Amino acid sequence: MSKIVGGVLTAVKKGRGGVSVSHNKNTAELPVERMPIPDKVVISMQQHIGVPCTPIVKVGDEVAVGQKIGDSDKFVSAPIHATVSGKVTAVGDIKLANGIITKGVTIESDGEMRMYEGITPPTVTNKKELCAAVRESGLVGLGGAGFPTHVKLNIPEDKEIDTLIINAAECEPFITVDYRECIENAENILKGVEILKDILGFKQVVIAIEDNKPKAFEIMKEIADRDNDKDDAIKLMTLKSRYPQGAEKMMVLSATGRKVPPGKLPSDVGCVVMNVASTAFIARYLETGKPLVSRSITVDGSAVRSPKNLRVPIGTSFADIVDYCGGFKTEPAKIISGGPMMGIAVCDIDAPICKQNNALLAFDEKDAAFKKERDCIRCGKCVDVCPMSLMPTLIERFARTKDAEKLTSYNTMVCMECGSCAFACPSGRPLVQYMRLAKQVLREESAK
Amino acid sequence: MAKKLTVSASPHVRSKETTTGIMLDVIIALVPALIMCVVYFGLRALVLTAVCVASCVVFEYISRKVMKRNNTVGDLSAVVTGLILAFNLPATLPFWMAIIGSLIAIVVVKQMFGGIGQNFVNPAMTARIILMTSFPTAMAKWVVPFTDTWSADAVTSATPMATLAGVQGGNLTTVTSQLPSLTDMLIGKHGGSMGEVCSIALIIGGLYLIARKVISPIIPFTFIGTVAVFMLFAGKGHIDFVAYELLGGGLMLGAFFMATDYSTSPINKKGKIIFGIGCGLITSVIRIFGSLPEGVSFSIILMNILVPHIENMTTPKPFGAVKEKKAKGEAKA
Repeated sequence: MSKIVGGVLTAVKKGRGGVSVSHNKNTAELPVERMPIPDKVVISMQQHIGVPCTPIVKVGDEVAVGQKIGDSDKFVSAPIHATVSGKVTAVGDIKLANGIITKGVTIESDGEMRMYEGITPPTVTNKKELCAAVRESGLVGLGGAGFPTHVKLNIPEDKEIDTLIINAAECEPFITVDYRECIENAENILKGVEILKDILGFKQVVIAIEDNKPKAFEIMKEIADRDNDKDDAIKLMTLKSRYPQGAEKMMVLSATGRKVPPGKLPSDVGCVVMNVASTAFIARYLETGKPLVSRSITVDGSAVRSPKNLRVPIGTSFADIVDYCGGFKTEPAKIISGGPMMGIAVCDIDAPICKQNNALLAFDEKDAAFKKERDCIRCGKCVDVCPMSLMPTLIERFARTKDAEKLTSYNTMVCMECGSCAFACPSGRPLVQYMRLAKQVLREESAK
Repeated sequence: MAKKLTVSASPHVRSKETTTGIMLDVIIALVPALIMCVVYFGLRALVLTAVCVASCVVFEYISRKVMKRNNTVGDLSAVVTGLILAFNLPATLPFWMAIIGSLIAIVVVKQMFGGIGQNFVNPAMTARIILMTSFPTAMAKWVVPFTDTWSADAVTSATPMATLAGVQGGNLTTVTSQLPSLTDMLIGKHGGSMGEVCSIALIIGGLYLIARKVISPIIPFTFIGTVAVFMLFAGKGHIDFVAYELLGGGLMLGAFFMATDYSTSPINKKGKIIFGIGCGLITSVIRIFGSLPEGVSFSIILMNILVPHIENMTTPKPFGAVKEKKAKGEAKA
C-alpha cells in the first residue's frame, strides 16, 4: 500500500517535463559533404565558453592548416588554429553571428590547404597528458555549448567518477550531424570511447541515442558488441525522443538515474557526458595530431534551396555556406545558428561559423512567424513542461518587477534556457527572454 | 540583403496551441450540457445563455476600450465566462438580472483586476453569489424540467440538495418520495440551475477537456473524491446518499469547469491537490453543517482567495535539489 502511495506521489512530484517537438530531420540520409575551400575565412578568438584567445599572428604572416593562431594562458579557454593555408590579411575586431564584437583573424586562402609542419600525433599515456593534448587540439564541446573539453576531462582527484555517457541524443529538430557521425564514423567514436575509458578509468560507458534514430543505434551496437568481447562495459541505450533529452542533466538522469543538483556538474554524481562528434575527434586527433579546423554542420530550413550536411572549415561565413547550398529559394525571414529550440538568431549573414555551430537554418516568413503574443492565462503548461521543475510564468512576473528576492526563491538560476516553456506557452509569451532578464536581474543584484 | 532578418530570443519554433484554441475546447466541452439544458428548460434557456454570452463579450470589449487596452474579445474567454455564468442561473431569471451578472463577472471581477489571468476569484462564480444575495427569490426559482420557462408562474420545485439538507445520517427512506431517481439525477431531470443539472453531460465535457490536456485531472478528481469520502462518513456508509450528493447541486459543473479555471487555481501539481481537497472539504462542510443547502460556489471562491498562499507553500523543488538536501542531512548525521 505504501508503495502505491509512494509511486503516485513520485509521479506527481517528478512529472515528466519536456515537450514533443516535430523532429524535421530532413537531412538525416544526406552524407556529410566536404565543402570547397572558401576564398577567405574569418576566425574568431572567442569560440568557447571561457577566456577569449589573443591572436599570435600578424597581418602578412603566412599560415598553414593546423597552425596555432590564437591562445590564452588561462585554463578555461581553448587555442584557435588556422583552418586554411594562406596569408593573414586582417587581425582585429569582427562581428559574430549573435552580434557580439570580438577579436578575429582573417586568412585569405591560397587554395592549397597545406598542412602545418609542426603537426605530430601526441603521445598520451595518462590523464595529465590526455588533458594537455586535448587542450592543444582546441577541442570544445561540439554539441553546441562550446565548453572546452580538456576542462571537462580534468576531473579533480577528490571526485569519484565511474560513468562515461556518450550523448547522441540530438534532440534539437532539424540537426542531423551527430546522427551522421554515428553512421559514418562509428569506428572512431568507439575508438574515442576506449581511449577515454582506459585513461580516465570509467567503469561503464553508456552510449545514448534517441529512439527516432534506429539505424544509428544498430550500427553503433554492432561495433560496441564487437569491442565488448574484451569486457562488458559499453552499454547502448535508447532514449525516448522528447526534447530536451540531450541536455546534460537530463542525459545523466536517463542514463544512470542520478540527478545532478542545482549548480553542480555531472562529475559531482560520478558522470562525464561527451558529445559523439567530440569523442570521435579525440580518437582522430590522437592518431593524426591534426587540431580542430573543420566541423560538420546541417544546413536546412524552408528558405534554403538544397539542404545539406557539410564539413566546413571553421571561419567560413554563413553566406558562403548558403551559396554552396544553392542560395536561398525564398527570402529568409530568420536565420538561426544552431537548432530551433536553443539556437541564436543571426543578425548578419556574413558572420563566420565557430567551433560550436552545429546547424545553419534559414526560415521563410511563414516558418519564422510566431503565434500572437497574448496575456498569460496561468494555464500552467510552462510549469508542467519545465525539466528543471521551475515555474516560468512566475519568474516572468518577477523579472518584470525586478524582484530579486522572489526570483531567488523561485530558483531562477537553475534554468538552462531549453525553451520548453516558451514552446508550450499557448499565449506565445517569450519566456526564455524573461528567464535571461531574470538572471540578469540576479547578477546585478549580487554585484551590488 | 534587401530585407532585415528577424532576431529574437530562442526558441524559434512554437507549439500550435493558442489561448483561443484552449477556450474553443472549453466551449466545445460545454456544448453537451448546453444541449441538455435547452432540452429540459426550453428555448428560453438558449436565449438566456445567448444574453449572457453576448453581454459578457460586449462588456469585455467596452471595458478594454475604456481602459485603453488591446482588444481581447478574440481570445474567446468572455464567451466561456458567459456560458458558465448562464449555466449557474435558473432558466426563469429575468434577462436584466443576467446582464447585471455579466457586468459583475467581466467588468468588476475580471477587467478591473487586469483582465485574463489576473482575476483572483472566478468571475462567473462571484457573479452567481452576488446575484444570489441580491435577488434571492429569482435566483432560487428552480423550475421543473419540461415546463414553460417563459411564464412567470412556472412550476417550481425544491432542488435535490434542499431535500438532502434535511436528511440526517444518510438515511434516505423518509425523503425517497421527494427525490428524483438516481438515473434522473444523472441525466439531469430535476430542478436546479440550468447548466448544472445534467451531470453526465458535464462529466463527458470534463473528460474531453482532460483528454485534450486543457485541464489537469487533479483538481476535479481530488475535489469530487474528497466530497465522496466525506459523504461516505457523513452518510454512515449509505452509498445512495453519496451518489445523490455527488450528482446533485453544482459539484460536477464546479469541479470540472469552475475550480479548474486557470486564473484562480494553483499552477503547480501539489498546489492543485491541496486546492481540490480544500474545495471538497468546504463544500461538504457547508452541505452537512451549514444553513445553506449547497456549498460548491463558496468553497471555490474561498479556495480561490488562498491560491497565492498555496502556491507559495508548494513551490516545487528544482531538479536534483531533493538529493542535495538529503546529502546535507547525511553529512550532519
